Amino acid sequence: MDEILLIEAVERYLKGEMTQQEKTFFEEIRKNDPSVDQIVVEHTYLYNELDKHANVKAFKHSLYEVEQKLTLEGIIKKEQLTGKAKVVFLWNKYKRNIAVAASIAGIVSLVTAAAISTYSTNVGKNDITQLYAKINNTNIKLDQLEGKVKANANQPIHKIAPNPDFRATGFLIDGKGFIATNAHVVNRMKTIYVENSKGEYFAATTVFSDDNTDLAILKISDTAFKTIYNLPYSINKGTADLGEQIFTMGYPRNEIVYGEGYLSAKSGNEGDSTAYQVSVSVNPGNSGGPVLNKNGEIIGIITSKNSTADGVVYAAKSKNIYKLLEAAKKSGDTTNIKLPTNTSLKGLDRVQQVKKMEEFVFMVVGN
Amino acid sequence: MSNFEQEKHLLEGLALNDAKVIEGIYRDNYPMIQAFILNNNGNSDEARDIFQEAMIIVYEKASSGTFELNCLLKTFIYSVCRRLWLKRLQQLHKYGNNLLENVEDTVAVEEDLELHEKHDGDFVIMENAMSKIGEPCKSLLDAYYIQKKNMQEIASDFGYTNADNAKTQKYKCLVRLKKLFFAQYKNG
Repeated sequence: MDEILLIEAVERYLKGEMTQQEKTFFEEIRKNDPSVDQIVVEHTYLYNELDKHANVKAFKHSLYEVEQKLTLEGIIKKEQLTGKAKVVFLWNKYKRNIAVAASIAGIVSLVTAAAISTYSTNVGKNDITQLYAKINNTNIKLDQLEGKVKANANQPIHKIAPNPDFRATGFLIDGKGFIATNAHVVNRMKTIYVENSKGEYFAATTVFSDDNTDLAILKISDTAFKTIYNLPYSINKGTADLGEQIFTMGYPRNEIVYGEGYLSAKSGNEGDSTAYQVSVSVNPGNSGGPVLNKNGEIIGIITSKNSTADGVVYAAKSKNIYKLLEAAKKSGDTTNIKLPTNTSLKGLDRVQQVKKMEEFVFMVVGN
Repeated sequence: MSNFEQEKHLLEGLALNDAKVIEGIYRDNYPMIQAFILNNNGNSDEARDIFQEAMIIVYEKASSGTFELNCLLKTFIYSVCRRLWLKRLQQLHKYGNNLLENVEDTVAVEEDLELHEKHDGDFVIMENAMSKIGEPCKSLLDAYYIQKKNMQEIASDFGYTNADNAKTQKYKCLVRLKKLFFAQYKNG
């Protein structure tokens, strides 16, 4: 018997879709042919596993939503420990391990370094290339754009960006349509469009921008954009470690490009404490792209690279996003952006991670 | 409702993936677990992880249909979390100083954890098998078996001319999934 026909029969059998006559016939075949019976047993097992898998997935999803809700209500605490707990925590460790003393010294020196670099003036930015891409009007990109318009003439969701001059990258930080990118990107654009990996275009406007950390947040203003409820990645509030494996995605071309590397320093250009130095291959157009660690937590945003040294790329730290939003909230902002705090990418292999997040990384174009 | 009936109701709701019930269990139990983990060398992220795992264990038990709770749900959750945390601490080579006190408040959960580890292993095998079958198989099977979409919808989403074509493709994919799943299952 053809295996595909048999599978179909098994599926109908298990779902109880067979007529009494069919059922008798099916059971008869099973009884008489052990090899058929074997396949039925295997498939029954596979179906049960698939079913369980689907249920556990759905349940995890519900857990995630409840968690989000209760975190907002403050019933579930976020990362930071309360002052007292932190001291107890350190003290317990200290008792056992003198090495903590060294790490405290480390923290102190980091804080000092941070303070010094924050208050010192920024000099020598000349060697830095910001990684937005200039788009030349005769370039392939526009040819392809026109092609796309014809192909998708029936789908109103595709809009044409009016002759974009610049291209960069951004990524969703809130499914309601908020996208993080670089301030230097949006500063150059009067009209902004974003395009996802499926080729859908949306108009966007800048809601916040901060030149010091080179961060900007856009809001998709298009009504065609549908809210996305579960972003697969989280945005890290802490500091990443030296040597961590990282990867990034961006639009140095008209197509999304993946790159991987490692975290090479905890500060950026001239000791800039708001950025990391990473080693990853990037090109104009990568600006605003997310930098993720192996667990699928966003730790930074690509901003610039050193044009005189090789493989020296700077990424703004992800905690700047939190800071930017907090500052905005204090000054009376009510956009109520909720950053994703749970990653569902942990433990997956890289290909899967990339596949899952690809559609949330946008090309930012404008003029 | 008596205590017993109330708990039974909770477990039934949990088995049906009822968000209100899940939220209720979180509200009633999470603060206790969080306090326990923070007091025992953990942070709030770890508390969230542990509680989540415990919830999945309760869910697996509740949906197996044979779950008889012979203690309060609260006691069960506490016991599971405590055990999971102890294990985590051992893995991290930290020690739980006062973790061994108050043992009388807990029930034995070893068997439940073992069963959960097996389930968890199966879950990972399925996840891996799914990730290896490639497109369009992965999306197709995901849409039908995980998201429970009907064949008609899937045919139009994936651009098949009719539901029968999509169905044939789905069965072909299923044969591949079966191979991958059992290959790993037997090795694992």
